[in-house]
Amino acid sequence: MGMDFSTLRTLISRYCVGEENWVDSRTVYISHKEPPPGTEAFIQQRFPDNRIVSSKYTFWNFIPKNMFEQFRRVANFYFLVIFLVQLIIDTPTSPITSGLPLFFVITVTAIKQGYEDWLRHKADNAVNKCPVHVVQDGKVTCKQSRKLRVGDVVFVTEDETFPCDLILLSSSRDDGTCFVTTASLDGESSHKTYYAVQDTKAYKTEEEVSSIHATIECEQPQSDLYKFVGRINIYMNNEPVARPLGSENLLLRGATLKNTEYIYAVAIYTGMETKMALNYQSKSQKRSAVEKSMNDYLVVYLCILISKAIINTALKYVWQADPNRDEPWHNERTEAERQRHILIRAFTDFLAFMVLFNYIIPVSMYVTVEMQKFLGSYFILWDDEMFDEELGERAVVNTSDLNEELGQVEYVFTDKTGTLTENNMEFIECCVDGHVYVPHAICNGQVMPGSDTIDMIDTSPGPDARDREELFFRAVCLCHTVQVKEEETVDGIKHGIHQGKSSSFYISSSPDEVALVEGMNRLGFTYLRQKDSHMEILNRDDKVERFEVLEVLSFDSVRRRMSVIVRCSTGEVYLFCKGADSSIFPRVISGKVDQVKARVEHNAVEGLRTLCVAYRCLSPEQYQEVCHLLSRAKLALQDRDRQLAEAYDLIEKDLILLGATAVEDRLQEKAADTIESLHKAGMKVWVLTGDKMETASATCYASKLFRRNTQILELTTKRTEEQSLHDVLFDLSRTVLRHYGGMTRETSSGLSDDYTDFGLIIDGATLTAVMRPGQEGSNSGNYKELFLDICRNCSAVLCCRMAPLQKAQIVKMIKTSKEHPITLAIGDGANDVSMIQEAHVGIGIMGKEGRQAVRNSDYAIPKFKHLKKMLLVHGHYYYIRVSELVQYFFYKNVVFIFPQFLYQFFCGFSQQPLYDTAYLTLYNISFTSLPILLYSLIEQHINADILKKDPSLYKDIAKNSLLKWSSFIYWTALGIYDAIVMFFGAYFLFDNTTFTSNGQMFGNWTFGTLVFTVLVFTVTFKLALDTHYWTWINHFVIWGSLLFFVVFSLLWGGIIWPFLNYQRMYYVFMQMLSSGPAWLSIILLITTCLLPDVVKKVICRALWPTTTERIQTKRRCLASEPSTIFMLSQTSSRMSF
Amino acid sequence: MVRIKKESPDRPDNTAFTQQRLPAWQPILSAGIVIPGFVLIGLAFIGVGVGLFITSRDIQVLEIDYTGTDQTSDCNKCTNPNTKNCVCTLSFNIDTLFKGPVFFYYGLTNYFQNHRRYGVSRDYKQLYGDLANFKDPSTDCAPYRLDSRNNPIVPCGSVANSLFNDTFKLYQIVNGQRNVVPFDGKGIAWWTDYNVKFKNPDVTPLQNAFNGTVKPLFWTKAVYELDFSDPSNNGFINQDFLVWMRRAALPNFRKLYRRIAEENYTNGLPAGNYSLEISYNYPVLSFNGRKKVVFSNVSWMGGKNDFLGIAYLVIGSLCVVMSVVMLIVYAKFKFPEDD
Repeated sequence: MGMDFSTLRTLISRYCVGEENWVDSRTVYISHKEPPPGTEAFIQQRFPDNRIVSSKYTFWNFIPKNMFEQFRRVANFYFLVIFLVQLIIDTPTSPITSGLPLFFVITVTAIKQGYEDWLRHKADNAVNKCPVHVVQDGKVTCKQSRKLRVGDVVFVTEDETFPCDLILLSSSRDDGTCFVTTASLDGESSHKTYYAVQDTKAYKTEEEVSSIHATIECEQPQSDLYKFVGRINIYMNNEPVARPLGSENLLLRGATLKNTEYIYAVAIYTGMETKMALNYQSKSQKRSAVEKSMNDYLVVYLCILISKAIINTALKYVWQADPNRDEPWHNERTEAERQRHILIRAFTDFLAFMVLFNYIIPVSMYVTVEMQKFLGSYFILWDDEMFDEELGERAVVNTSDLNEELGQVEYVFTDKTGTLTENNMEFIECCVDGHVYVPHAICNGQVMPGSDTIDMIDTSPGPDARDREELFFRAVCLCHTVQVKEEETVDGIKHGIHQGKSSSFYISSSPDEVALVEGMNRLGFTYLRQKDSHMEILNRDDKVERFEVLEVLSFDSVRRRMSVIVRCSTGEVYLFCKGADSSIFPRVISGKVDQVKARVEHNAVEGLRTLCVAYRCLSPEQYQEVCHLLSRAKLALQDRDRQLAEAYDLIEKDLILLGATAVEDRLQEKAADTIESLHKAGMKVWVLTGDKMETASATCYASKLFRRNTQILELTTKRTEEQSLHDVLFDLSRTVLRHYGGMTRETSSGLSDDYTDFGLIIDGATLTAVMRPGQEGSNSGNYKELFLDICRNCSAVLCCRMAPLQKAQIVKMIKTSKEHPITLAIGDGANDVSMIQEAHVGIGIMGKEGRQAVRNSDYAIPKFKHLKKMLLVHGHYYYIRVSELVQYFFYKNVVFIFPQFLYQFFCGFSQQPLYDTAYLTLYNISFTSLPILLYSLIEQHINADILKKDPSLYKDIAKNSLLKWSSFIYWTALGIYDAIVMFFGAYFLFDNTTFTSNGQMFGNWTFGTLVFTVLVFTVTFKLALDTHYWTWINHFVIWGSLLFFVVFSLLWGGIIWPFLNYQRMYYVFMQMLSSGPAWLSIILLITTCLLPDVVKKVICRALWPTTTERIQTKRRCLASEPSTIFMLSQTSSRMSF
Repeated sequence: MVRIKKESPDRPDNTAFTQQRLPAWQPILSAGIVIPGFVLIGLAFIGVGVGLFITSRDIQVLEIDYTGTDQTSDCNKCTNPNTKNCVCTLSFNIDTLFKGPVFFYYGLTNYFQNHRRYGVSRDYKQLYGDLANFKDPSTDCAPYRLDSRNNPIVPCGSVANSLFNDTFKLYQIVNGQRNVVPFDGKGIAWWTDYNVKFKNPDVTPLQNAFNGTVKPLFWTKAVYELDFSDPSNNGFINQDFLVWMRRAALPNFRKLYRRIAEENYTNGLPAGNYSLEISYNYPVLSFNGRKKVVFSNVSWMGGKNDFLGIAYLVIGSLCVVMSVVMLIVYAKFKFPEDD
């Protein structure tokens, strides 16, 4: 009875809460077998089936859902409101003017999205219906993938893709491992090893597998691909055995089985709960600075629009106060209108004015900007200079929203390893108790035949030392996670070593480890393989030594070390530990610490990556205790990571230091050049690394981040131990500020090249102290500000000993400092992901440490050197292009609508449109859309080579300079000036006179058409004046769109269009063109409109030239003659094809 | 350039377009181009401006207000809205020959033909001769769509309803004798309005098409009675009607009434005394409007318009002035291209 109640209670608590997520773990019954009675209540939880739904819509909800989603966008919603207003009330323009473009945009988008969704449906169907082999009642049966349920045991053969997230039970390989490639998940094409549960790996046939009686408890699905904790309870003889499950047991949906004949595995997450499906969710959107300015401008224009409408409405009623004006005998209202309440009439008038002027909000701008960004990003993809021959990769654009942000970067945060350096490790030396060993005669990583492999710099060691030396070599050979792959089983060729007859390769997620194991190989100890939990080593005497691997305490970036516990053939148990010096030395109790420390520091200054190796002999009792600690931590379902860390901390202590290794990581090609260019471009470069200070600063010197004359400021634990943080900070800021004060005088005397700049080095621990929120009230809160102050005056900052999250914190701190600078983070590894996501622009490097950074970045490039072109050329271009696009759009819509506003003063505020409906509709859609779109795609104000050669040009566009309020006001003022010229020009021409030699008069539509013609030409010519790069496409589009306007006008007025209920434009355009003064006034007005802009340009260029303009002019003078000839020859050669 | 290296499948296309290296003309608005350009444009504009100004100065215009607000005016008697069929006479004299062809306009001020409510109030189909719209005029025409007894109005709408209905007769007084100056009313409207846009219904006699309809409320005669003498100037294609139906752009406007280019007046109006007989029907005082008649001749550039010439002169001189200013700036601040 009691059990029943508890079952009931659990049931109630589970179902009443409703949300499955409330239960933080789930229980899976393998093959849906009930657990033996007494152990636990059997509660069949409800899980979703294995249907993947990537499609957004169904046949039924497509129209409403799609409409809803489209109208959530501001632009569409704005148009919809205008359209509805036009439908409901009597407005000056027909609903078609906004309805048609809206309908067009909505339909095209809906068709596109519908088609894409149909494709997704098809893909989903293909996936959901593909056959899956399931073990049922001891037999393998075939099922559709979508019918797969949690708890089913699945049979997967080689090269098949896993249908859902599975726990590996057993594989065809004896050791219960299987190889998997996750290329489709995270892009890593290397093979990863997964392990079967130890107790089930022997079950290798379907009968055996179906006899497994076990339950799996695991956490509810979460999206992190690399995290999983669970526990399996196996009931053997009704005696439950609990085993831990980790991510090494979890096969993810989407990964493919490789090099393994078959596996049996049990489904634990299905359908939309698989990690792959959970990762579909898009990341948070980043917005660029340009987009923010755009929205600010939009608000201004909205205010202008509303105030225009209010002014006109108010004036209308003032003007109409005289009834003879309101309703002269020839223009009466209908009875219904007369009876309407004045407030309703006024409101209707207000709305009508809003509709009349609504074009001032450039709705088409959003569409154009989106197209520009999408199409423009192809130039990054297409760039041949950003293609890397070696990797065979080109740049990747994950989001095109941030193109122009690349031109605005002020702070660059870069990772060191793999980003500045190649992450191509080479073993340089090792040091055992102060004796240095250098493998010599290295040629492409292969040992030269006949060499005696060791060259000792130091005095030769005695026999006792020889033991220590061999222990060290064994330690390095054992303490790692390197895998050995035979050549024919590996797709990606990595590192080759010769081992007997067949070639094998070392593969590891850490290149350091591979370098170390290879280095040991050259020193005489060769790691052969791991077989049946035994590691095999070939020692100097060509004998195989076998060690049983008892535990692996894997590496993590917080602990910064890893350990293995092995039992050697003699039965002794050793713990070998390898890690960063800072994490090893405090745990060492004996060994020649001083000598090793000295060598480590020496190597670090050389820029080498050093690791220390230590060991500990474990007595059987100690080993028992270790086992106990570890198994308890591993079985925990909650907080397992923390418990493991605690256990590791207890185990890795009382070490005996053996020695240290040094591995070189060469700088990436042109890294120094790139950093120098970024500096010249006014960017501040920060290196954020987990490496230690000496190594990192050596790299910084090598990469010219610090130069010889850079004054280094240190803010490290070492200093803060001597002085209080407070004093150090104030000291530093005084140094910096004193110099800064002095420098302004120097720069004025023109010695700016000579000044010494500052470089700051800070380490993770100090940074934490600086960032810690104030405890002593006001005083410590200032540390952050003070620190930022110091940073601002340093051209380069090196942050070492950083944890991944700290990297993101730094980026965030700079991002939110009071200048709100634009930040860029670049990195290659998983530890850079957090900062890549935090920064305004995140760039991933296609490095050796997998694809995580690339997947989470906004842009990815093959090498660090490509950053130069990415920022200096592409970023610069995109910024120039987009800012002109934005300003021009606002400008052209002011010019468009302002005459219409002025016309209201001359038509009794009656909302009479100045232009014909067709012109209103097509102005933004076709007459003026293509030239600016093309400009925003291919404009080059300066050649790309010069941009690259002269990085200081980048400063010209810093701080969003082309979208400052002053330039926005200039553009708007220019727009209003042009509008006034156009309107009053036409007004005075029409003032009581005839235009033609036959004495006939023109009407209001001719008036509007005249203004409109001037408008289209002026606006297009204005863009032509701004174009610095006239390719044949520019000529084609600019002259083509003007021609299109003329042809359209001729056609529109040339025919009685049967579908129109008015023919007001009939022959208006032709009549206008038949009159001489119309031509003359069109020319006059266009010239008058463009005149001030040209004068302003010339005078500004002469009086206050920007660097860009100076270079433009200089280039022109120097290279005008030859370049013309060159261009001509190019064109002629092109023609001859 | 042939690439010998092994091509990677992922390698981007190496074309001028994808690499942003299309051959291009890269002009810069530097002083070297702009200053001579401005001088040239300025001089050209001044030339055109002088030409326009002289042409415009030679055009003769004679404008006479006949609203009748002035007590001394003969038309003052007609300003009383109760006076029916009022005729008044204006006398004036011309000193020198008014060169022909002379165009005779009537002008209205403060008259908002460009008012939206006024402008939409018409039925294009009806005016195109569509009989369906005779019976059921477009709702746009309201409140001039149906009369009080719900008969459809043809032509409907406020524009048609408010057709200008003053008529003029011009006499030259030679030795006390009144000689009629012949008016030519052909071709005063747009050719396309007359031939394409407006059409009478295809019914003979025309009058039958209008059975069951009423004439606009303001009108004294129906649209088919506008010109009995000439069927090609009757109904919707009456030239005066067409001229009126083309709405003016601004509240002060002129519309062409007649041309004077026949018989003795082919060369224009000789010097002498003239008398204009006006049948004064059109009320404008209620909205403070004015009525006037204008005699004008035209040149190739149309009617008298000093603005265009002056504007050309001003902009032309501005161009020249600006080029001088830029030259001073150039000389004083030495453009970078100089070093």
